[in-house]
Amino acid sequence: MRIEVRNLCKAFSGVAVVRDVSFAVAEGQLVALLGPSGGGKSTILRIVSGLEDPDSGEVWLGGSRVDRVPARERGVGFVFQHYALFPHMTVRENIGFGLRVRKHDPAAVAARAEEMIRLVGLHGLGERYPHELSGGQRQRVALARALCPAPKVLLLDEPFGAVDAKIRGELRAWLRKLHDEVGVTSVFVTHDQEEALEIADRVVIVHDGRVEQDGSPEEIWRAPANAFVAEFVGAGNRFAGQVRQGKIDLGFLSVPAPEGVAEGENLVLLCRPTEVFVDAGPALPDAPRIARIAFLGTTMKVEVEIPGRDAVVAEIPPSALRDKNLAVGMPVRLCLSAYQAFGRDSLATQPATSVTPVGTWFMDGGGI
Amino acid sequence: MIVTARDILGRRGRAAAASATYLYFLVVLALPIGWLFLEAFGFGPGTLLAKIGSPEALHAFRLTGLVTAIAVVVNAVFGTALAIVLVRHRFPGRALANALVDVPFAVSAVVAGLMMVLLYGPDGVLGAFLDSSGVRVLFALPGIVLATLFVTFPFVVREVAPVLRQAGTEAEEAARTLGARPMTILFRITLPTIRWALGYGVLLTAARSLGEFGAVLLVSGNILGRTQTAPLYVYQAYTDFDLAAAYAVSIVLIAVALAMVVVLEIWKLRRRRIERVRV
Repeated sequence: MRIEVRNLCKAFSGVAVVRDVSFAVAEGQLVALLGPSGGGKSTILRIVSGLEDPDSGEVWLGGSRVDRVPARERGVGFVFQHYALFPHMTVRENIGFGLRVRKHDPAAVAARAEEMIRLVGLHGLGERYPHELSGGQRQRVALARALCPAPKVLLLDEPFGAVDAKIRGELRAWLRKLHDEVGVTSVFVTHDQEEALEIADRVVIVHDGRVEQDGSPEEIWRAPANAFVAEFVGAGNRFAGQVRQGKIDLGFLSVPAPEGVAEGENLVLLCRPTEVFVDAGPALPDAPRIARIAFLGTTMKVEVEIPGRDAVVAEIPPSALRDKNLAVGMPVRLCLSAYQAFGRDSLATQPATSVTPVGTWFMDGGGI
Repeated sequence: MIVTARDILGRRGRAAAASATYLYFLVVLALPIGWLFLEAFGFGPGTLLAKIGSPEALHAFRLTGLVTAIAVVVNAVFGTALAIVLVRHRFPGRALANALVDVPFAVSAVVAGLMMVLLYGPDGVLGAFLDSSGVRVLFALPGIVLATLFVTFPFVVREVAPVLRQAGTEAEEAARTLGARPMTILFRITLPTIRWALGYGVLLTAARSLGEFGAVLLVSGNILGRTQTAPLYVYQAYTDFDLAAAYAVSIVLIAVALAMVVVLEIWKLRRRRIERVRV
């Protein structure tokens, strides 16, 4: 069922946590609310579920406005970060709880609970108590319990936050698969951009109680609406520069400027580590040098120190490192293959003055 | 690093420390209990049973049982309610209320009894009013119950509140989203969560109610066959040089206390098995 929130506002003891948030989730979609901790994502989810009342604004489920409807009548499934299983009930009793309290026929409840146990792959564990399960299994029980009464929408609050990294990856893929199977409109909250980009149909970036951007994972990645989004999803290098004769002068490097910027304008450039290229360079006294090389698995992280500036981080394939014979202490030169430029004064939340279309510029030696 | 006796004391020192500990246990705890039983049985079972079965003693047991039952029920209901309010709600004066809960732990029971006399006595604010409406509090059952409630006030609250705080509200919120009504949540989620703590609190309340002397002494008037509870009966019999009666009633009180300790241990064992926690 379609979810829509309009102009939601919520403050806790005078501190605004949600500020005029609006977005919609189309029927059957899996949408991520992504943002740093304390940004208001969970509060938005709790308002949609009815666990929290908004100060103002509207919540619509399907064709009806529900923001004054009690949580128990909204038909919303909710999955908590710490599972919130009932410790004194078995897996089967936990899963059947939603139907039992609605006075369904015990035989029907048992059958549906069994179906849910199979759906989440917990055959044979129906009689276990929550403390006898692993974290991943508990979260599956929590999901089965939320899905058992066939909710109109499913809301998940940091669903994988409490399980360890390896299980998290598995659960993530499994949730996507399950969503495609069940088809229930779902919203999940996460602060992990990888998680959001990997499994969501759409990502809503929430920061400081506001929606910063709402788009497909690809749009968010390729065309961040502002510097905050670019930094949050890119986790990259940040340079200050000034426009000079159609180029952006970063001090140690000049790169082509996007169209529409004025001469002399101050810009901030954001560049992902995967878009920084490192090559052997001339051994000038103030040349950038490799300070550290770290192994990340599929890529190598190379930290380059530039005298008098912040270090630049590059991620390059191990093969490139070998081919170019790069080692700690070597002088290098840098190229930025793609980057985004944003107006400097408006860094926090204002839209970018311009975003360069992603392309590749290779500097021909004159950069450094 | 865990410091053990071995690290601090030499071999002889260890032996001395162990002996001292055993001696302490023996002199302070085991010997008095054991000696009472020995002395009591010296009167012969027939005399003891006759003393226990005397009308005055039986009345004292009944009164103590009744007061304990009322104290347990009232404390279970209001102690739980108060714990929920203190943990879940924010209101002005909450910290003060929270601190006041512990006052009965620190106040001498006789002083507690005195408070009741002042309030409900013939010259007391409430006493005068209640007297004129024909309700007798002092030197009657209501007074004994009120004094007992005062001294047992903290037990349930102090057992239940930390468990509630630790459990948090997520399970209850989950139940809400699953369609449960407030009463359903209370009986099927909240109460099962605190059931062990409530059990311990009730047991402590019962133990204290059974043995309460000081507070009850002041408010009851100690009227034989009317307002005399079992501990008061022991005191009376002792001062009247009826040692057989004093011993007989004492062993019953001790037997009940031991039974409650056994129940507590069984509960802990069961809980350990079910929840696999150390308690």
